[in-house]
Amino acid sequence: MKLTGKKTAPYRYLAPTILLMIVFMVIPICMVIGYSFVDKAVVSQNPQFVGLENYKTIFADNEYIGAISNTIIFVVVSVVAHLILGMLFAMLLNSKYFKSRTKTIARVIYILPWVFTASVVAILWKLMLQPSGIVNYLLSIFPQISRNTEWLSNSSIALAVICFINIWCGYPFYMISILAGLQGISGDLYESAAIDGSTAVKSFLHITIPQLKPILISIAMLDFIWTLQSFNVIWMLTGGGPVNATETLSIYIYKKAFQKVDYSMAATAATILLVVCIFIAVFYVRQQKKVRE
Amino acid sequence: MVGSYKKTTKVIVSILLILGGLFSAFPILWMVCSSLKSNSEIFSWPPKFFDKTANLSSYASVLTDSTKVRFFINSYIVAGCVVLLTLFVGILAAYAFSRFDFPGKGVFNSLIVSVQAIPPIVLLIPYMGLIVAMKLFNTYFALILTYLITTLPYCILMMTGYFNTLSRELDEAVMIDGGSRWKALWSVLVPISIPGMVSVGMYTFMQAWNEYLFALALTQTTDMRTVPIGINLLMGQHAYDWSQMMAMSVLGSIPVLILFIFFQKYFIAGMSSGGVKG
Repeated sequence: MKLTGKKTAPYRYLAPTILLMIVFMVIPICMVIGYSFVDKAVVSQNPQFVGLENYKTIFADNEYIGAISNTIIFVVVSVVAHLILGMLFAMLLNSKYFKSRTKTIARVIYILPWVFTASVVAILWKLMLQPSGIVNYLLSIFPQISRNTEWLSNSSIALAVICFINIWCGYPFYMISILAGLQGISGDLYESAAIDGSTAVKSFLHITIPQLKPILISIAMLDFIWTLQSFNVIWMLTGGGPVNATETLSIYIYKKAFQKVDYSMAATAATILLVVCIFIAVFYVRQQKKVRE
Repeated sequence: MVGSYKKTTKVIVSILLILGGLFSAFPILWMVCSSLKSNSEIFSWPPKFFDKTANLSSYASVLTDSTKVRFFINSYIVAGCVVLLTLFVGILAAYAFSRFDFPGKGVFNSLIVSVQAIPPIVLLIPYMGLIVAMKLFNTYFALILTYLITTLPYCILMMTGYFNTLSRELDEAVMIDGGSRWKALWSVLVPISIPGMVSVGMYTFMQAWNEYLFALALTQTTDMRTVPIGINLLMGQHAYDWSQMMAMSVLGSIPVLILFIFFQKYFIAGMSSGGVKG
């Protein structure tokens, strides 16, 4: 009796977690994958199994293809800009030219955009980007920009604006991780390089970048997964519009499921997104293992 | 020559530091200023940062409106419950991972890690049916239970790490005195782990307070909405009352901002461990 009690002990401690994971993760994922193989999922009493039909249909859907291309642009621009800005700000915060007090204050200010919730970010930028708002006022020093630019309802610039806002609220994560990495690089490396006559640019390319490489790859992959899934700010600012110009995969899935009540198509798109995210996550976990070893 | 080169660099770096500060802080500053102005002053041309007429009237009107106060109460209830439940369930699981070797440990561990890669939108589709079937639609439980899935992994990973740093002799001492493992966990390990719990609890609170997608889809009536949804609802209802929307946004950001300022060290440590998105 005592022996069995000992054997089941770890499972008893894990029981609440396992129960939650099964009910709210394992079962839902199986449900989504199941929906993607049937016709009229959820809405019909007895949906028909259609095999890969939904997958054929979705790749013939221009709106879906558009969503893929918007998502790729959004993700690539965001991740690259985050990396550059994060690196720049981290180097400023690590610079030897400022007192540590200045750097502490600057660090707090630089992290701020990350702290605010998506709806605050959305509403705040919506105010600033109003045609008679502050952004147009600040840009009125450039005569070639119209004073009444409609930033969010112009389909040729809306996606760029959304990218910019996502860059604004996402770079602090990179900055903090890179800063931690920079502080871990031994000063001796730079000193001996300086003795060898290396310039600042050369030191950056030959010491800083290689030393930071594992961190940079990790955070870029995490950010890639997150940006691929991003929904909140886009949904609140444009709802995917104008004319699907800012419709990303998450927005496409949400619209299909909750506005057009086409759960089969939504589940098909969701399954594809899930597979891509898991694929990147596997690489991320491998990368993490390599870093630890 | 070298001195003047250094001076120029310092000037350039200082300018960059200030420009960076403007880039990150200007929008937030503008939000706070706008919340103090009347609607017509927000769009005055040329714009002014502060006006002689600056006042707190939009804050007063948010705080005296029972519908809006309800958003805050809902958010506090949901986030508070999520923090307590996450810590309770997470500590139990972390104890199992830290103190036992058992078949399936690796599988459970990777299952928990993998949650962080699953897009919320993927889970939301089946949640609709699941939550309705469990008769939880439009209740606090719908939000609390679904948030737990996103908050638990970080808690379990961090607390397992924390428990691993505590010697096993601590629990053994309790058990030699005739105490149970359960007692060893709650009367010895948990009290020493308070710093770890504070940092996990703070992150969990922030995640729960800021969550938008599940709150949008799994609640329906205005009296069940949380702050992020409430702010967004204002955008639709009072499309022109920017001053009130900004006041509501400032008020909605204060709890997380206070946590951020007081627990900066934990915050940054958590951020660089890459566990959580804001």
